[in-house]
Amino acid sequence: MTAAAPDGARRTSWRRRSVLPGFNLTLGYTLAYLSLIVLIPLAALAIRSASLGWTEFWAIATDPRIVASLQLSFGAAILAALVNTVFGVIVAWVLVRYRFPGRRWLDAAVDLPFALPTAVAGIALATLYAPNGPFGAFLEGVFGVKVGFTSLGVVVALIFVGLPFVVRTVQPVLEEIDRETEEVSATLGAGRLRTVTRVIMPGLLPAILTGFALSFARGVGEYGSVIFIANNLPFQSEIAPLLIVIKLEEHNYAGATAIATIMLVISFAMLFVINLLQAWSRKWFGHD
Amino acid sequence: MTEATANTIRINKPRQAIGEGPRTRFALIAIALVFLALMLIAPLVVVFFEAFSRGLGVYIDALAMPDTMSALQLTLLVAAIAVPANLVFGVAASWAIAKFDFKGKSFLLTLIDLPFAVSPVVSGLVFVLLFGANSVLGPWLADMGIQVLFAVPGIVIATIFITFPFVARELIPLMQQQGSSEEEAAVSLGAGGWRTFFLVTLPNVKWGLLYGVLLCNARAMGEFGAVSVVSGHIRGQTNTLPLHIEILYNDNKAAAAFAVASLLAMLALVTLAVKTMLEARFAGSLAAQRRH
Repeated sequence: MTAAAPDGARRTSWRRRSVLPGFNLTLGYTLAYLSLIVLIPLAALAIRSASLGWTEFWAIATDPRIVASLQLSFGAAILAALVNTVFGVIVAWVLVRYRFPGRRWLDAAVDLPFALPTAVAGIALATLYAPNGPFGAFLEGVFGVKVGFTSLGVVVALIFVGLPFVVRTVQPVLEEIDRETEEVSATLGAGRLRTVTRVIMPGLLPAILTGFALSFARGVGEYGSVIFIANNLPFQSEIAPLLIVIKLEEHNYAGATAIATIMLVISFAMLFVINLLQAWSRKWFGHD
Repeated sequence: MTEATANTIRINKPRQAIGEGPRTRFALIAIALVFLALMLIAPLVVVFFEAFSRGLGVYIDALAMPDTMSALQLTLLVAAIAVPANLVFGVAASWAIAKFDFKGKSFLLTLIDLPFAVSPVVSGLVFVLLFGANSVLGPWLADMGIQVLFAVPGIVIATIFITFPFVARELIPLMQQQGSSEEEAAVSLGAGGWRTFFLVTLPNVKWGLLYGVLLCNARAMGEFGAVSVVSGHIRGQTNTLPLHIEILYNDNKAAAAFAVASLLAMLALVTLAVKTMLEARFAGSLAAQRRH
């Protein structure tokens, strides 16, 4: 880290002085690598999209098949994120508050969707939920619900990939919560349900929103696990990322670029709104 | 948790109100167990069950296929390039971000997270637009005799993009938490930058670093969407293991597909086992950090 000249660095006012060497070298490398791998390639997408022009872009964006795929991707992602929020909070609660045999195993298993490749998860879920698969046959026989090779299958795959995000954002916050406030609430006469909903949940809300947002963002873009369990019929179970792949195979770069741009813009807008909600809930409930 | 067990024994009203009753507790544990068993464990079990459903012979044949072997080699090659590249970046980025205070730091963190927010398919598309036949770079590279798209370089670059934040995101919080007083002491005693890093910083963060590398590696070997877009699916040449699984599965060779999938599932299990082990170690060192 000899490349960093401490004298030169000390003159800059945008950073605090430090006796440690290597700032120029490491920040320089970080910025160069970030630009080369992430920023320039993403800029290529933005430039390509901007060169389409409004009329062409609008024609692609209002194409019924594309609209249907975007509705499915975003709708299924929201539904899956909601399911994951409910069950993720329960799992986090159980892992933090209770001690029972096998708890460590359960804790480790939560990360499975992070470590298991999506194609592996995809073919496994497709086998389970296929009409002749163990879960698929049960659900169709007992409830008359078809999951495999339908849009419900998309939701199931997105629940799988998104679950750890909720558990892993709620769990550390739940661990940090001071038990004394619960005792105060109880001694003041609040019932357990009231303590949980009025004292604990407000403190957890920012973490729950973050978990929801991460699970949702992952679901919108997910491809590998979905294409196996859905039968990928246009207007029924064709997700937006799959449509991008189809457009690319047809050498329709304009179409692929337009869908990608719409996906990115809607995702960023939704994440921005959720960030605002988080800031708002932090302000009102006074927790980090 | 002695307090929690005491709750169930002593029936003292305010005391009991801090925890849930035994029935609620049992119900919540049951919901969590059943949900995780059905959603997470069942798919994992199915992978191994289906892989061996046609017997050990079919399993071994599927793994010994030349296409499987070349896919395995390509997957290992891609990970061997992508993981060290992101390791060097992760260490450099966390040194700059955790050890120094400068303006725009949180914006830089957001930029580092960007690949997490982009769909894998869109990540692949980005490189098709950058290196494709009708891009600026594509024809120029073709003149020089370099093929990026539908070849190994494209797969490597797309994988680097996808796994870009893993090591950095693991190291930055850890190094921030540890502060820089130890490094400052080393430097003021006359140690150089590299010496300080290798003898002071690295021993403090080695387990976090290892976990970041493991996660990065698992994703690099398992990436499907982005690689699928840039690979061109040339059998025996540009098929990684996940792409090979897709081809086998679509060819109605489910047992073979699951046999190959079981390799990646085992990689996932090893990753999780090491993670669980490290966390048991970590918890101690992190608690020690907090105490002083």
